[in-house]
Amino acid sequence: MLPFTMEKPESAEAAIAAAAGGARYIAGGTTLVDLMREEVERPERLVDINALPLGGIRVEGDDLVIGALARMSEVAADRNVQRLQPLIAESLIEGASPQLRNMASMGGNMLQRVRCPYFRMLDAGCNKRTPGSGCAAIDGLNAGHAILGTSEHCVATHPSDVAVALVALDATMRVRGPEGERSFPIEELFRLPGDTPHLEHTLLPGELIVELRVPGGPYSRRARYLKVRDRASYEFALVSAAAALSVEGGVIREARLAVGGVGTRPWRLRDCEAALVGKRLERPAFEAAAHLATQGARPLQHNHFKVELLPRTIVRALEMAGEVA
Amino acid sequence: MTVSTIGNPMTRVDGRAKVTGRARYAADFNQPGQLYAVIVSATVGLGRITGIQAAEVERMPGVVALITHRNAEKLAYLPHKAGIDPATGERLHVLQDDTVRFYGQPVALVVADTLDHAERAATALRVTYEARPPLVDPMDPKAESIVPDTRGRVSPDRARGDADKAVAGAPVTLDATYEMARENHNPMEPHATIAAWSGDRLTLWSKSQYLVNEQAEIAAVFGMPVENIEVICPFIGGAFGTSLRTWPHVTLAALAARQVGKPVKLVLTRKQMFFTTGHRPRTLQRVALGATNDGKLTGVVHEGTGETSRYEQFMEALTAVTDYLYSCPNVRTQYRLTELDTGTPNHMRGPGEASGIFALESAMDELSYKLGIDPIELRRRNEPEKDEAENKPFSSRSLMQCYALGAERFGWARRTPEPRSMRDGRLLIGMGAATATYPAFHAPANARVRLLADGTVEVEAAASDMGPGTYTSMTQVAAETLGLPPERIRFRLGRSSYPQTPSHGGSWTMASVGSAIQAACIEAQAQVSRLATADSASPLYNVAAGELEWSDGRLRRRGETTGISYREIVAKAGAPIEADGSAQRDPEVAERYSMHSFGAVFAEVAVDPDVGTIRVRRIVGAYGIGRVVNPLLARSQCTGGMIGGMGMALMERTVLDSRDGRPVNAHMADYLMPVNLDIPELDAHFVDEVDPHVNALGVKGLGEIALVGTAPAIANAVFHATGTRVRSLPIHIEDVLTA
Amino acid sequence: MVENRSESYVQGPVLSRREALLAGAGTVALAALPSQSTAATGSPAKEVSPMTLTMTVNGELHVLTIDPRQSILDVLRETLDLTGTKKGCNQGACGACTVLVDGKRIVSCLTLACMHDGARIETIEGLEKDGVLHPLQEAFVAHEGLQCGFCTPGQIMSGVGCIAEGHAGSTDEIRFWMSGNICRCGAYPGIVAAVADAAGRD
Repeated sequence: MLPFTMEKPESAEAAIAAAAGGARYIAGGTTLVDLMREEVERPERLVDINALPLGGIRVEGDDLVIGALARMSEVAADRNVQRLQPLIAESLIEGASPQLRNMASMGGNMLQRVRCPYFRMLDAGCNKRTPGSGCAAIDGLNAGHAILGTSEHCVATHPSDVAVALVALDATMRVRGPEGERSFPIEELFRLPGDTPHLEHTLLPGELIVELRVPGGPYSRRARYLKVRDRASYEFALVSAAAALSVEGGVIREARLAVGGVGTRPWRLRDCEAALVGKRLERPAFEAAAHLATQGARPLQHNHFKVELLPRTIVRALEMAGEVA
Repeated sequence: MTVSTIGNPMTRVDGRAKVTGRARYAADFNQPGQLYAVIVSATVGLGRITGIQAAEVERMPGVVALITHRNAEKLAYLPHKAGIDPATGERLHVLQDDTVRFYGQPVALVVADTLDHAERAATALRVTYEARPPLVDPMDPKAESIVPDTRGRVSPDRARGDADKAVAGAPVTLDATYEMARENHNPMEPHATIAAWSGDRLTLWSKSQYLVNEQAEIAAVFGMPVENIEVICPFIGGAFGTSLRTWPHVTLAALAARQVGKPVKLVLTRKQMFFTTGHRPRTLQRVALGATNDGKLTGVVHEGTGETSRYEQFMEALTAVTDYLYSCPNVRTQYRLTELDTGTPNHMRGPGEASGIFALESAMDELSYKLGIDPIELRRRNEPEKDEAENKPFSSRSLMQCYALGAERFGWARRTPEPRSMRDGRLLIGMGAATATYPAFHAPANARVRLLADGTVEVEAAASDMGPGTYTSMTQVAAETLGLPPERIRFRLGRSSYPQTPSHGGSWTMASVGSAIQAACIEAQAQVSRLATADSASPLYNVAAGELEWSDGRLRRRGETTGISYREIVAKAGAPIEADGSAQRDPEVAERYSMHSFGAVFAEVAVDPDVGTIRVRRIVGAYGIGRVVNPLLARSQCTGGMIGGMGMALMERTVLDSRDGRPVNAHMADYLMPVNLDIPELDAHFVDEVDPHVNALGVKGLGEIALVGTAPAIANAVFHATGTRVRSLPIHIEDVLTA
Repeated sequence: MVENRSESYVQGPVLSRREALLAGAGTVALAALPSQSTAATGSPAKEVSPMTLTMTVNGELHVLTIDPRQSILDVLRETLDLTGTKKGCNQGACGACTVLVDGKRIVSCLTLACMHDGARIETIEGLEKDGVLHPLQEAFVAHEGLQCGFCTPGQIMSGVGCIAEGHAGSTDEIRFWMSGNICRCGAYPGIVAAVADAAGRD
């Protein structure tokens, strides 16, 4: 680990001021400390934001508002979260371990780095870590990599579970930076790798995540998160799906669907959603919609199975959400 | 009369030390003034070091020394091979030249005042190489298999009758190939050594399953007297075979400590645990079976190939079980190796047998479906009356009793034979069974017993306890033999200066060390008897030895109740009474009998037909392992072994990148092992088995057989659930996705 | 959604991940850059400014001067010589280093000590009070919740956290909430029984 200096401001303004000139914010540190030890992350200055008043979970009208510093475990255990947005609670407890969930903040979770093994290896080419150094995964061992949103420069999957749920639920994010505050859909936080895989998100320099806002919808309480993996717990998803349905008289009125483990960012499936609306809450409709999910999929040498597994996971998640099997 | 201690389910004598954090493992022995060493590992898979930018790193904060092949002392590396070292080849010499033989080989060592300084400097060190493409894939067309040179230890090929002809001409045949991935032991405790020199004497607090060999190996490497080295390791944080050999990091720690003149602590990173400390070799196997229509085996062919390094031939008993497991007049087994540019593999729990039996027991299961015969019935029809390879009786063999007991506890009768015929809601349910077996080994061992004036007893042996409960079971043996309550016994292990024992592996610790302790206790009793009967003031003065008996810590004349206690005799002697004992298997008995443990493993799996997830629901194992010294610990060993077998069946796999030989998943989150949520109901049973031949204790060993058999039972259950036969481990989601 | 809509769907077999082992041979070397090239940036000789902080470990106040890079795990083991807490992977992937920080179970390997000035830390060494084992420690011995013992301190501290969180209501719940602690020996059945037993005694 490279030497660094640490500051601990007590207000957002002070933190933003402290971060000017390229310091990194640190909250739970579960990603950053791990990667600093590998020297994949090499910050010279850290700004510890844990003293900032950015925690807490509250309800505003139909919206659930989650502070950026709220811990994963705290959000998952919150009664309002469980009542209003069970999908978020379920995706949270399926992610990481109880210890890591006690540490990791919601804001940090959005910014966690990829799990591509070559990204962690200083002696392998990785355009995300070292722009221009090539991608060892494209011709390497890429079974865990993405089939959607890849480029010739990067094929790593986004690792977050709860981000998949948040993207499905049209959540927004409020950030504060040197130029003031702004809000935008969380989906817009995540960049596609394109030819700049080292740029992972759309935050401007010095911007601090303040809170996440999840609008309530008629589908919010009929929502499930399915994470498919070889080990029952403590493993990243091979494929995951967040599905939420609004149903009247056995007919789907509205659907929200996003998937993880297959995309270079949390992957919203609006075509699939559209295909579900107006259909009866039955497996054939799920299968027809799920079939659309792999349009544009570009499997690599070792992850063809995800093309098969993705629609199956979606169908199963829809069945779980629809409580039909 | 004292209640028998052997057979009691007593809790661990070291339990309190382990639950309070007081049990000290190698890296816990911090020494005053110690420095920290971090290994720099090669980043190419084959080649030569062309440059090391040492000066920059030597100037970094806290760095005390940078040791490379350019400045490391030339080490003696005298010839030394123990039974656990490959018979053919020469061990890796570390930092002695510029050659890189495999990815991850140590190429430099940084020593610094703090761990952070050492880690930083190790990462910053630039090493340049002239690299060549390594060969790490046994399936590569360039890979060649060789006939292993066993130096007469065993034969790689065995045959009786004409197996190929018998298979070819059989009414029912099966011919299939099976593959098993490379595995790494991944104990929770990383390898660690703290080395400290005092003049020409070296102390190593080092993780080792074979202390006296670590002592001898380091003595040979440094060309120094064995007695100048002490290896200390009272606790091992799991090892499963990885700490049987003494690997280069131990040498490096000692080398560094000598060079800097201070104690040096060296702990491998988790990633480095995949480089130089051995692995279960990836195996490729072919099994061909011929049978009559009523399921009698007429021919068995088992050809297996393992992987090894370029510099040593690691061998394991891959095809050995096939020689003796079933009755068949025509059997041929063959073992080959593929030399690759990797580190040398080594034994991992159930070595050879666990891999080989996956192929054989999968094939037997496949044959049972071809024949339409229940898999257990098929085994029964081929149950031998003797070891047909050795042409001698088994000292004991309870396989059929194991199947009967296991089938009853498991509820095998509820199984419907047709694949895909059992469901629980949407889930496909499968039930599978497989045989487990492992040799009942026994190696020469020594122990010392010291009776103290306070009435307690010290027992010592240079043994290890990597988790099975050696501390506890040996305490029970001593207590039982001396007729004392176990609280009066203090068993010590984990020092190379204690009486020599064999390696802590191969399931022979109980048989070997236990028998030595029993012998030492008997010798101590003899000394006590001599003292008591020679002392004119003793109530037993001049009593003939044959009239004496031991009970409740007292020596007395048979039929009398008083006598004299150990404590009194020792107090009178004025000094502790010390006795050495040793034991080994009677070679004549070994010549007469074939000695193995047997077991039957049953597994139930649930497969999600939509998304392919495979979850084990139940495992039941029944084992015939001779005498069970401690049923609590024995059951724990068995369920732990089942969990290891679950990992083998469904998760574990070290993946190498063919381009440079790097393990890509050298990370605890990427090398999957079962977690708590994966663990279903596990049940282990022991059949009553008295084996009067194996050793005086009647124990056959348990650590390995606990794992052997689980993987094929699960694989067979997956077939029963899905109708898809997966002949390659681990079985992952995609293997059954389109089932 | 589906940014690459125009790309054609690549037909292919459902390859097993194990075929990864077979493929890729003979292709170009994967390191496209000299080894450690990224490590060259920054000044290698840069000195660290030590930080002073206080920590209450098992009820005892410590004033410590540490390297900011030190994890709580390394401070415990190397600075305070409290070696009961174990380093299994140093990557947050095994749970052996679990301790309680301000009452919550965390992995101490991924926790920078310098971010926890004034924190209250509880480790395995602090559970036993006046020679009396904590009920969970007792239960681990009684139910054979351990073999080699190396993951045990982390399992027990995690179990203390699990019970305090109210996640020890059933066997299934314990399995789920104790899955952040790997036990390679496979003592899981005993671990679950021990946590259930101790939770029941509360």
